[in-house]
Amino acid sequence: MSNERERRFVGQRRGQLIFALVFVVYAVGLLALIGDQTRWVEKTKLFAQPRFWPAVGLGGMVILGGLHLYRLPWRRISRYDWGEVRKWAAVVEYVLWFMIYVVAVPVLGYLPVTLIFVPVLAWRMGYRSRKMMGISTGFAVVVVVLFKTFLSVKIPGGMIYEYLPGAARSFFILNF
Amino acid sequence: MDLILSSIDILMRWDVALALLVGSVGGVLIGAIPGVGPAVAIAILLPATFSMDPIVGLTVLLGIYGSSMYGGAIPAILINTPGTAVNALTTYDGYPMTARGEPRRALSLAYSASFFGGVFSVICLILFAPVLARVAPLFGSREIFLAALLGLILVVVAHRGQSLIAGALAAFGIFIQTIGMEPVKYSQRYTFDQPFLQGGVNLIVVVLGLFALSQAFVLLTSEDEKTRITKLRGGMFQGLRELARHPRVATVSAGFGVLMGMIPGVGEFTAQFMSYTYAQRTSKRPQDFGRGASEGLIAAETSNNAVPAAAMVPLLALGIPGEALTAMMLSVFYVHNVVPGPTLFQNDMDFVVALYLALLILNVLVLIFLLFATNALIQVVKIPNRFLGVCILTLSFVGVYSLRNSVTDCLMAAGFGLLGYVLKRLSMPVVPIILGMVLGGIMEVKLRAAMARVKEPFDFIDRPVAFILFSIIVLVLLSHIVRVLRDRKSLKEAEWQSKHRSTSFGARMFRRKSSLLTGRGKVVRARHSTLFRRLMDHF
Repeated sequence: MSNERERRFVGQRRGQLIFALVFVVYAVGLLALIGDQTRWVEKTKLFAQPRFWPAVGLGGMVILGGLHLYRLPWRRISRYDWGEVRKWAAVVEYVLWFMIYVVAVPVLGYLPVTLIFVPVLAWRMGYRSRKMMGISTGFAVVVVVLFKTFLSVKIPGGMIYEYLPGAARSFFILNF
Repeated sequence: MDLILSSIDILMRWDVALALLVGSVGGVLIGAIPGVGPAVAIAILLPATFSMDPIVGLTVLLGIYGSSMYGGAIPAILINTPGTAVNALTTYDGYPMTARGEPRRALSLAYSASFFGGVFSVICLILFAPVLARVAPLFGSREIFLAALLGLILVVVAHRGQSLIAGALAAFGIFIQTIGMEPVKYSQRYTFDQPFLQGGVNLIVVVLGLFALSQAFVLLTSEDEKTRITKLRGGMFQGLRELARHPRVATVSAGFGVLMGMIPGVGEFTAQFMSYTYAQRTSKRPQDFGRGASEGLIAAETSNNAVPAAAMVPLLALGIPGEALTAMMLSVFYVHNVVPGPTLFQNDMDFVVALYLALLILNVLVLIFLLFATNALIQVVKIPNRFLGVCILTLSFVGVYSLRNSVTDCLMAAGFGLLGYVLKRLSMPVVPIILGMVLGGIMEVKLRAAMARVKEPFDFIDRPVAFILFSIIVLVLLSHIVRVLRDRKSLKEAEWQSKHRSTSFGARMFRRKSSLLTGRGKVVRARHSTLFRRLMDHF
């Protein structure tokens, strides 16, 4: 049964203690490296020292993060906390999807990779009807045409485009 | 008058007109889709606007910011799900109206109230601009440092019950912006000898990770919801007539929006809360609030739409963003070497007024668009969540990769996306990280410049504006400490009231042992033994 302190806590309970612990340990670890990672310059005022603002940031992280950890109404990590951590870990799959997309674009080209990526990820998310596959493909084309062709954002042409014949090669590198 | 004419001249371009149209329609669409929001859209579009003129780029972003709340009212009223976070209060009175068969009335009233709030704030600020132009030059390095510090403190204390972790996350933001080459002494800070960290951590990478990628992860891991939308019939103009019957509530709510928008770190939520409370207290039928009261809907929608224009004041006049969206817009100024601050108000006043006029035109465009296209627009509410996640993930790539074509940037953005996802799962605030990053950078530069001319600590606040800002900081901190102590007192009282004896087996045994050892126990045992002895005497 939860007590008054737990009921009044703002935010989710699950995973809270693990996050606070990791945050404080990370902050303390970085603060311990401050002598190695920043410089103290002689004959310079405290506020102009290169070390001053990292110390303010990390000091704030350690003190406020530590107080947050101390004020938490829970002292033990429960199985629900570990369940929450597993949910965080599940997101790594989509991080990998994103990074594969990032690595593939300069090699295979923006248009071909987007045309593969969007429908395949939509398929993975459970949208398998013809309608949704069509919408995914249409969305991929619209994104590439809008950003690369019209807005000319800086995305390099794929290495695969080098194998295209003369005029088509420069057309694809510039627009897709 | 000359000022307004020269401002109109800046806006009389086809690309600005197109930006206005794209910003207004795009903003409404983005606002109407629950789970996207203006922050995600602005984060994705930010790098694309770098190649545009500052006025064009800022008009697109301002358009999305200003019009998303109009769109956010649609799902809030029709399906009880706010399109953007600031439309949460709209559901209180908007959805009950739909439930009793008046969705058209609720929508048209929300549009009219939003329009009034938007136009009121722009007119206020155009009239207020000359005063700002006179006040802004009074802000030197130390005043800007103190204003940035005040903004950061306000953001932290605004998260009631979470101020410790909000402060820790703001400190994390301050730390992130220090990574890389220090520009004055040319020394490395926390680069771990890695070349990709020498240029520092880019704000846009962090923004895209924390807002766009994290939202994509949230949507990809969520379930699709089935939504049933009521068909709207009839015209949408009755809201304008109904708004005219409540001029006091509308004007006061818009006034709260303007005032709260100008204070860094406060924003829409406080403005809405204050205007809703005011409307309820002064209403003849306060019992109707939360059950479909038109005054409640007017208060919520007017105040939140008055904020965007006002939020531009600290950004343009002092170069200090008050919340995440204006922090993103600051990077557009920096990319074009336009430094917002007192000099912008002195030298480019027409540019500032042009931005306000753009917002004014935008409000008109959005209202016209919504009055005629709502029926078609409500279909976007039906886009399934996980497919939306796929779309945001794809669009986030454009935002991060087009910045420097760097795979490391994408990896860092993915890392921040993961952090943002964890923070969202834990219901922790993300905004303090962004403001810590932006305001931390401003504070570092301004404090260094200010301290060069300060000999004693009190010299720092010897100018009137600096003294006022310092006094406000002290007052805010004191009021926060008083509030924390009051919360602690009420918690203690509640704990004492609900305290009861433990029912565990160990505690029962302990109580039995104590009872046996007390004087009363001894008396009872003595009496029992006397009775036992008398009983035994009979045998």
